[in-house]
Amino acid sequence: MSPFSGALAPAAGEISAAAATGTFTQMWLLIALPLLGAAILLLLGRRTNAWGHWVGVLMSLGSFAIAVSIFLKMMQESGGNRAFTQHLFQWISVGSFQVPFDLRIDQLSMVFVLLITGVGTLIHIYSVSYMSHDRERRRFFGYLNLFVAAMLLLVLADNYLVLYVGWEGVGLASYLLIGFWFYKETAAVAAKKAFVVNRVGDVGLSVAVMLMFVTFGSVTFEGVLASAPKASQTSLTLIGLALLLAACGKSAQFPLQSWLLDAMEGPTPVSALIHAATMVTAGVYLIARSNAIFNAAPTAQTAVIIIGAITLIMGAIIGCAKDDIKKALAGSTMSQIGYMVLAAGLGPIGYVFAIFHLLTHGFFKATMFLGAGSVMHGMNDQVNMRRFGALRTVMVVTTVTFFAGYLAILGIPPFAGFYSKDKIIESAFAHSTLVGLVTLVGAAITAFYMTRLVAMTFLGKARWPDDAHPHESPAMMMIPVSILAVLSTVSGFLLLHNNWIVNWLEPVVGFEEPVLGFNVNILQYGTLAIVLISAALGYVLYARRPVPQVAPVGSLLTQAARADLYGDAVNEAVFMRPGQYLTRFLVWFDNKVVDGAVNGSAALLGGLSGRARRTQNGFARSYALTMLGGAALVIVALVLVRL
Amino acid sequence: MSSLLAAASFETPTLEYGQLAPMLIIFGVAVVSLLVEAFAPREWRRGIQLVLVFAGLAASFAAVVMIRGTQHIAAMGSVAVDGPTLFMQGSILVLAFIAALVMAERQVDPLGDAFAPRASALPGSADELAFTQLGWLQTEVWPLFLFSVGGMLLFPASADLLTMFVALEVLSLPLYIMAGLARRRRLLSQEAALKYFVLGAFSSAFFLYGMALFYGYAGSVDLSAISDALTANASSMWLVVTATALVSVGLLFKIGAVPFHQWTPDVYQGSPTPITGFMAACTKVAAFGALLRIMYVALGGIRWDWRPMMYVVAALTMIVGTLFALTQTDIKRMLAYSSIAQAGFMLVGVIATNQAGLSGTMVYLVAYGIATIGAFAIVTLVRDSTGEASHLSQWAGLGRKAPIVASAFALFLLAFAGIPLTSGFTGKFAVFTAGIAGGATPVVIIGLIASAVAAFFYVRVIVLMFFNEPIADDSVSVVVPSGFTTLAITISVGLTLVIGLVPQLILDLANQAGLFIR
Repeated sequence: MSPFSGALAPAAGEISAAAATGTFTQMWLLIALPLLGAAILLLLGRRTNAWGHWVGVLMSLGSFAIAVSIFLKMMQESGGNRAFTQHLFQWISVGSFQVPFDLRIDQLSMVFVLLITGVGTLIHIYSVSYMSHDRERRRFFGYLNLFVAAMLLLVLADNYLVLYVGWEGVGLASYLLIGFWFYKETAAVAAKKAFVVNRVGDVGLSVAVMLMFVTFGSVTFEGVLASAPKASQTSLTLIGLALLLAACGKSAQFPLQSWLLDAMEGPTPVSALIHAATMVTAGVYLIARSNAIFNAAPTAQTAVIIIGAITLIMGAIIGCAKDDIKKALAGSTMSQIGYMVLAAGLGPIGYVFAIFHLLTHGFFKATMFLGAGSVMHGMNDQVNMRRFGALRTVMVVTTVTFFAGYLAILGIPPFAGFYSKDKIIESAFAHSTLVGLVTLVGAAITAFYMTRLVAMTFLGKARWPDDAHPHESPAMMMIPVSILAVLSTVSGFLLLHNNWIVNWLEPVVGFEEPVLGFNVNILQYGTLAIVLISAALGYVLYARRPVPQVAPVGSLLTQAARADLYGDAVNEAVFMRPGQYLTRFLVWFDNKVVDGAVNGSAALLGGLSGRARRTQNGFARSYALTMLGGAALVIVALVLVRL
Repeated sequence: MSSLLAAASFETPTLEYGQLAPMLIIFGVAVVSLLVEAFAPREWRRGIQLVLVFAGLAASFAAVVMIRGTQHIAAMGSVAVDGPTLFMQGSILVLAFIAALVMAERQVDPLGDAFAPRASALPGSADELAFTQLGWLQTEVWPLFLFSVGGMLLFPASADLLTMFVALEVLSLPLYIMAGLARRRRLLSQEAALKYFVLGAFSSAFFLYGMALFYGYAGSVDLSAISDALTANASSMWLVVTATALVSVGLLFKIGAVPFHQWTPDVYQGSPTPITGFMAACTKVAAFGALLRIMYVALGGIRWDWRPMMYVVAALTMIVGTLFALTQTDIKRMLAYSSIAQAGFMLVGVIATNQAGLSGTMVYLVAYGIATIGAFAIVTLVRDSTGEASHLSQWAGLGRKAPIVASAFALFLLAFAGIPLTSGFTGKFAVFTAGIAGGATPVVIIGLIASAVAAFFYVRVIVLMFFNEPIADDSVSVVVPSGFTTLAITISVGLTLVIGLVPQLILDLANQAGLFIR
């Protein structure tokens, strides 16, 4: 028995919170500043073109500054007293249905706020330079600020309904930003796809919220989570599964993963901020926040683990086969979030490490995405890694920073990923050997595809197109990347130093020390050995041997992985085809049946009026017949029920 | 209904004029308005009518406010004046007020207002041309409008089926005529009117037959008497279920539920757009009011019998409305199918058969009604040389031509989609939670999925307006309306936002309305 889990101590986190005073009353400003920025940039329009982007940066920076001051203040409080709520206004108050528009800042939301505003500000600064040639840069910053505001609302909400508002808000911002270059057909389609798939997940969240209200008579965190252990197993499982569906949509988990790869059509800073560091981790936040529900619903927890495991392997396999640098990174994001979801499904032994990995991943994946952006910047927006190679010679800073991210995701000590991923693998083994092995296999594949990625991009021989003149990106881009690279290097050690992150988050999400049946060191060294072997394999295959400029046909698995493991094909077969047939049928029905049997005679009669009149005659008769049939059915239905 | 003829004693009917004032005012003004048509000089009529209409609506609304809190069955057991009645009467009056503002507009069409100068003139005839050139305006639409509003006020208040039937006809007959009054595309309009009339008459027959069966069973057409008979006497249930089915069909037709919905797109498309907005908003409130009253008051005791049927109707309505809306290319038809889907969402509140269901449906009705009138008001502003430009492709890039109008329309669409912080979210949340609490979870889940799909076609229009290039030629323009339409749209936008941001006001009001009295 570990020192953390006393015999009777509840594993779940505490929910109670004090009303905010002093510095904490500024928490509404966290959201208000970027929201104001978005309003200025989007409402004032072209007038702000010249200086608008700096407004965006400033608002994000201001929000970060407030976040830091709140964080420092929070550090001074004792562990159990770090949660504060702020009442903004009573949103809905009808009889027993009370929804205050309240904000809540506690240890869990605090780390998210720091991540969102911190990484967000760096990416804002990066974008000033990255988007400098885009005529619509101001609009881009407006959307970015809108995203930051919505994401902060999501993590600062004190009840599920306000969270839902933020949830829809980030979805909207993501849609707008993926489709930012909407004149590109692919971008418009990708944006639409992200929107539709996310709506499926949103249904899950709304079902969950309503079930909560029916079960607990409340949708506030306190009302729901405090009484979760008393609710029936069935309700909790249903709520848990609905929340999981929501998480799958937002966090691109199987089976709602397909939108994330296409979302790479958006500008690269967007991929870094929204589709790697912050928004896609909202699902993990949701599960960790609802820990009391999942702790009491083992079936739902098992479902979470299964979904996480499937996605983690799936994303890694897809990452192995992509030649598009951003899509390879997107596959990797899927896979890494799979790790977090899996860890969150492990219960109190995993929540803390899910969040821990979420933070380090936010740093190292943002580093690599921005690095990829820098590469694209130097290579005329080329994304095909088969046309890269040897970029280390011309893009030194990019290479060095990218390698910091690379070593972090591999989990090489002392880089950040080593600490966070190792902890997840450890917890997974503590749960069961099978789950542990899945995470281990995932780590091995990760090492392979990431080595492939860096080898094809930075090592080996140059395979540049003739018109490419790769060069290092300006300092405005590379300074934020460098800061993120430093964080990718040291954040793991710093956060786990003296068990800081565990102690910090434990009051909110609860913690139990994972208990392994064998020595932890064996696992650590074993993992490291497997990762190194796998990386070496990748190096031999992609750095030592020449890389063909046209992708070879590849094995069946490679082909499948290139096709996103047929995620789209499945979507197509299950959702889209029937949908299309249905739509076609409806159009046909509307034209042929509803518009009456006038096609032949329309030409004969000519003229709209004649046609419309004929249509009308045909209609009323058939409508009346339908009504009659409907009435008969209604009677039959009622009589049948009576029988 | 109580005394037999043999008793030979005649009770003097008592009428509670105060409690009936909202309806009496409207009917009274309607009669005056009719006289104005007969006797006032042509050039004065429009001015007088507008004063009458707006003053009448305002006075009637004031009467509703003054008798708030009343719980009484007035007019010898025929008219129930209770919380829900007053809430719905108030809503109908507010919605009718906004709709009347749109109807009063005569600046957007260079030829005059939205109505044919002489409905009796043959479309395309020399007469019609002459009337148009004379600049005549159709003012008979106002008495029709007022009679229809009066019927709508009575419909949800009816405490017996006979009164309800009379109210149904009073509200419907003027609507049939108004649907045929469009100034442009007159054939389409007249066809819509005729179709609406024929099918409406058909549905009335169902209602009447159901009413007769109820009388056969309970010996009375009073809703409370039917309810009492159901608890006292469990025999001849086949009579009751058949009667329930037939009466439901009559009402489901009015609210446009599947499979009694097919008239909706054609009538909405063909009618003059201001009338479409009025019809879509106010008729729905009145018809839902009546449906709720019958189902809750008379048939609450046998809800286990009719709920499965309603489950299916609600699910079908949501699904069919949503799916057909996806493929529409005409903005008015799309809004029509959308209103079918919305009716399905509201039926969830009816199925809930609890107080939350009642208040939730009422809130939904108001939220939907306001956004609907606003949306149709905006449809009247987007025009080309032949009238309204209602093909969706003509709306491309509207956000650049007229950002304010397009933003307002986007707001209404978001409200229809039920996006948080708009009125639609408040309404959907209210009925769906009531539905789950009432044990109708499967229907709610279908509703959530349907609303998720529906969001797609609403957002598609927003994308079309803001992110697509405008069509090349400048044939389509957004007309600047006079103060009437501007005020109507402003009120709609304001209320949509208020109900979304501070839903408490209206939720409280609906909740205080309490339950139906019997």
